[in-house]
Amino acid sequence: MTAEGAISVQGLRVIRGGREVLHGVSLEIARGSVTGLLGPSGCGKTTLMRAVVGVQHVAGGSVTVLGHPAGAPALRTRVGYLTQAPSVYDDLTVAENLRYFGRVYGVAPGRAEEVSAVVGLTSHLGQAVGRLSGGQRARVSLATALLNNPEVLVLDEPTVGLDPVLRRDLWEMFHGLARGGATLLVSSHVMDEAERCDSLVLMRDGQVLAAETPARLRETTGAEDIEGAFLTLIAGQEADV
Amino acid sequence: MNPRIALATAARVLTQLRRDPRTLLLLLLVPVVLEALMKGIFWDQPGVFQRVGVPLLGIFPMTSMFLVTSITMLRERTSGTLERLMTMPLAKLDLLLGYALAFGAVATLQGTLVSLFAFGLLDLNVAGSPAAVVALAVLNALLGTAFGLLVSAFATTEFQAVQFMPAFLFPQLLLSGLMVPRERMLSGLEVFSNFLPMTYAYDALYRVSSSASFSGALAKDVAILVGATLGALILGAATLRRRSG
Ligand SMILES: Nc1ncnc2c1ncn2[C@@H]1O[C@H](COP(=O)(O)OP(=O)(O)OP(=O)(O)O)[C@@H](O)[C@H]1O
Ligand SMILES: [Mg+2]
Repeated sequence: MTAEGAISVQGLRVIRGGREVLHGVSLEIARGSVTGLLGPSGCGKTTLMRAVVGVQHVAGGSVTVLGHPAGAPALRTRVGYLTQAPSVYDDLTVAENLRYFGRVYGVAPGRAEEVSAVVGLTSHLGQAVGRLSGGQRARVSLATALLNNPEVLVLDEPTVGLDPVLRRDLWEMFHGLARGGATLLVSSHVMDEAERCDSLVLMRDGQVLAAETPARLRETTGAEDIEGAFLTLIAGQEADV
Repeated sequence: MNPRIALATAARVLTQLRRDPRTLLLLLLVPVVLEALMKGIFWDQPGVFQRVGVPLLGIFPMTSMFLVTSITMLRERTSGTLERLMTMPLAKLDLLLGYALAFGAVATLQGTLVSLFAFGLLDLNVAGSPAAVVALAVLNALLGTAFGLLVSAFATTEFQAVQFMPAFLFPQLLLSGLMVPRERMLSGLEVFSNFLPMTYAYDALYRVSSSASFSGALAKDVAILVGATLGALILGAATLRRRSG
């Protein structure tokens, strides 16, 4: 089991609201890497991530994380999850949120200050989350997902609405975590972020179009950038049917 | 189960309540005002005030904790924080216990305040111990909290959660014996009232107010209230799902 990747998805099918939204997705994600999950709105990125952290009902297939079935109790201290919409308490301050979730994880109280520094919120520790800007709230939510130093970090659109400097810093932080052995699965709408990933998963309509390194993807499609590669793949898929 | 997490959750819920001083003030003062109003409307019938005044001391906490809990829990479900907690090393029981501890503490404050006011300023008398009235008020509050947690699973909006109070608690209030002694009701209604927890809440408080001795009947009422609280908590835990659609 040890040589196995961090996340292994086999033939995953998910039905939401009476419709099948993932049609047999299979994926292997290596440990210590940053994998980008890209695809148009509604293609199933969030649904796939929910399945990986074990909060999504699945209709078929399997999801294995660090050798355990997704959502297994043994994984709850080893996996971090950033939901797409910030999930923190608006009526509490930044520090109170981080301290509460930190106590649930059982981490040292000082972790709250550490993770708030990582996301650049040290000067807002005493402020109620409900009075922060949208991007600041998103960062509180991100800090929460970092509290337990997770081995697998699932981040649903962590950089949306952030300025370029902060985005660059966060991507550096993601790679730092991966060098330290963590495995990151990061979804994004922004195609230029794709170049920063070790590998990419392109999704469309509940299916995986391609899972490659950015360089290989450009090579095989002959496109100049990831956006072009994506469009080429879609054109190929449409020609097939 | 982990006491550290349950206590952290209770502290977090209390901090959230503290951030909303208006709600806290309403929680503490509304029962006092209503109890005074009761004294006023039954000014020339002190016997009636005596009969309904004590049971009401214990029924206020049940209704207010029901509402506060169901809305707080609904927010936890809709804000995504529940989903986050479900990916963390937190047992469902830790969360429920945290809520029970926090609202139990508020209920103790609420029950003590309104009881002191009623016994001290409104000349309400109990044959039994005033402390027993407060203890029953807290037990009823915990029952309200347990019901609130349970019904929050069936509400998707705060409007719905608020409507559950008249739908769920008012019939119990009407049938509990507070309005009309149960033996004077239509027999079908009297039988039905045997299955409603508030009936036993009223019964227990009425017994404490009218007799100084701790009877077997009172013990049975208390046992049923404890059982109903645990039952609602277990059902509530079953509605907390780690996975959703
Ligand atoms: N709570 C829900 N109930 C029913 N269907 C849902 C629910 N959430 C999402 N869906 C459906 O599942 C499909 C996949 O949604 P998902 O949220 O995974 O997409 P996404 O790729 O994350 O989109 P976006 O980039 O906009 O966040 C969509 O067709 C959507 O309509
Ligand atoms: Mg999404």
